[in-house]
Parts: sequence; structure tokens; C-alpha cells
Amino acid sequence: MVERVRRSLLRLGRNFIDGIWRMGVMARFFGLVVAASGTSAHRFRLVMREVYFTGVLSLIIIIVSGLFVGMVLGLQGYQTLQRYGATESIGVLVSLSLVRELGPVVAALLFASRAGSAITAEIGLMKTTEQLTAMDMMAVSPMARVIAPRFWAGVISMPILALLFSSMGIFGGYIIGVVVIGVDNGAFWSQMQAAVDFRYDVLNGLVKAFVFGIAVSVIATFEGFDAPPTAEGVSRATTRTVVTSALVILILDLVLTAFMLRDDG
Amino acid sequence: MERTTIDLWFGAFVAAGFAALLVLAFKVGNLGTERAAKTYRVEVRFDNIGGLKVRGPVRSAGVLVGRVEEIHFDNERFQAAVSLALDQRYAFPKDTTAAILTSGLLGETYVGLEAGGEDKKLADGDRIQIAQSAVVLEKLIGQFLFSKAQDDAPAKK
Repeated sequence: MVERVRRSLLRLGRNFIDGIWRMGVMARFFGLVVAASGTSAHRFRLVMREVYFTGVLSLIIIIVSGLFVGMVLGLQGYQTLQRYGATESIGVLVSLSLVRELGPVVAALLFASRAGSAITAEIGLMKTTEQLTAMDMMAVSPMARVIAPRFWAGVISMPILALLFSSMGIFGGYIIGVVVIGVDNGAFWSQMQAAVDFRYDVLNGLVKAFVFGIAVSVIATFEGFDAPPTAEGVSRATTRTVVTSALVILILDLVLTAFMLRDDG
Repeated sequence: MERTTIDLWFGAFVAAGFAALLVLAFKVGNLGTERAAKTYRVEVRFDNIGGLKVRGPVRSAGVLVGRVEEIHFDNERFQAAVSLALDQRYAFPKDTTAAILTSGLLGETYVGLEAGGEDKKLADGDRIQIAQSAVVLEKLIGQFLFSKAQDDAPAKK
């Protein structure tokens, strides 16, 4: 009995220390990536190529999900607002929840599972097949040539994807609210414009998306770079990218929201 | 992958992001409706502003004519100094009165302007002289109870 408690405590302590240690390594990795970004800046075509693979190819899932999330918000919002006779506010409900929260968060979650996992798998496989070592042998820094462009591509793509997600969602809300249900078109847009502030809502959402972009890109590249060079190792690293990204996005979202909320209305 | 294809997609991607930002700013947000109009500043002093907030609406006859730009406490007169940014399309007489009002029982607090009869118009930096404070519900109830007690007192004799 005592032995079992001792062993579970031991495992808990070891996992905790491991977690802290990994966070430290990841932070140092982040510093190294930023330090090695010079190549990405003056050979921007490397980044553009990665933006194509991470951002442009994620467009379809982002646009379709955004549209459907907006339509669902419209339907659900209508059900509730109808009770208070305030169905014109449906635009406010859809736009504020998308621009402030759902746009950045859901787009980041989709981005982590669509593009983040691909980045991890790609880098992990490059490591397994010793391509990274080969680059090092040829005095080409894998950090500058492989990791940094993928990192910056993620940081650039994420805000754009979040903006597109929000716009498509509002369009979806418009389709349900105005076209299908028949809320007045003018009231839909004018109430929305009165409620959504560019600085506090749209730009804060953009800041969130930017921070999530950095977080997901660091996690994805780090997990790939850190993956054990086996088939199982790469598969585990890919899973870890998605799980860790999702958790970090949601935790960061809480922290950022707490900082951004203002009390003057 | 062809170089030009990637360039093209990258350009289209960034342009789409920019377009989305513009849509969110002007169609969804308030950038198009408010910042475009030129405004002039008018000062008002209130004894009590109630729940008035910065960027709150200023209405005259129910129509939005401006926004509350700044609120601060005047430590010499012990009053709230409120500066209003009024739309330049609307001119008000010098003897216009301002009041803190609430739209409905639970609605937002706003500044209501009631035009006076003078020929001279308010200009940038002017002060509205007559101001009516917010109605504080607790004070109102207190006054009601007080006057009720006074009415009852002689009846007991």
C-alpha cells in the first residue's frame, strides 16, 4: 500500500518536472527560431511557399466551417431572442461572438489540426529520414531553412484565416437571419454597426489570432523537431501537437480575454 | 509547385485577408459610420452623470447627433465635466439644455439635448450652461419616503 502511494507520487513528480522542463526547452526553441529568422526575411519566397501549404490549403475548411458556425449561431440566437422580441439583435449576437471569441479560437483550433499536424509530421519525417542532419552536414542550418519559414508562415496565416472565418460566419448569420427568417435587413446591419467597435472588438480579435498563430506554430514546429526518429515517434508527436495546441489556445484565450475586457461599456 | 502559382495564391490569400478586415471594419464595425463625420466639442457640467459612459450616445429628439468624448471630475466645482463630440452637420442654439436620460427602464444612459430659441449657435469649445443631472433612483425613493413620513406625522395627533 505504502509502496503504491510512493510510486504514484513518484510518477506525478516526474511528470510535473518533465512538463516544466519541456516548457523551458520549448521557450529556448522559440528564441532560436526567432534568432534564425533572418533567412526568412531576405528569402521571403521560402515563407510564401509555406503560407501556400499552411494558409491557402486551409482556406476551404475555414470558409466552410465559418459559414456553418455563423448559420448555427443565427438559428440558435433567433430561438432565444424571439422570446424577448429582439430578433433584430441577431446580427449583434452573431457578429460579437464571432469577432471576439469564436473567430480566433475556432479558426486556431482548425488551423492546429489542419496545418499544425501537417507541419509536425513533415518536420518529424524529415528528421527521421535524416534530411535535417544532411542539411547540417552541408552547412545549411535546418533552423533557418526549414523551421523558421514554417513558423512565420503560421504566424502570417493565422490572423488572415481568423478574419476570413469571422466574415464568413457573419455572412452565414446574414443568410439565416435575413434571407431565411426574414429579419429586417437594415436593422440587422445598423444594430451590428452600433454594437461592434473596430478597436475593442475587431482589433482585439486580431491580436488574439496573432498570439494563437505564434503559439500553434511554435508547438507544431517544436513537436516535429523534437519527435523521436521512428514511425511511432512521429505519430505521437503529431497527436501531441493537436492536443497541446488546443489546450494552449483555450488557456491563452481566457488570459487574453481577461486582459482585454474593459469595464466602461 | 510552380513559382508563379505560389506567388499568385499568396497574393490572393493576403488580399482576401485584407478584404475581410475591411469588411469587418466598415460593414460590421463602426469605422465607416462614425469616424468619417467631422465633429465639434462642447462642454457640459453635471452634478451627477449616473451611468453615463465614454462613447455613450448624445441624442436630440431621439436622433443620434454625437458621442460622449471624455468624462472627468472637476475638483474645484465638485462636478462631472463631460465633453461631447457633436456631428458638424447639426448646429444647436447657444441656450440648448443638456440632460442625462435613460432609454427605457433598463436601457443605456445617454445625453439628451433640447434646443433653445437663441439665434447664436454653439461653436467648438463652447459650454452648455443649463444641465439636468441623472435621476438617481435611491434618492427619489428616499425623498418619497421622507415626504410620506411628513404627511403621516400630523394625522397621528
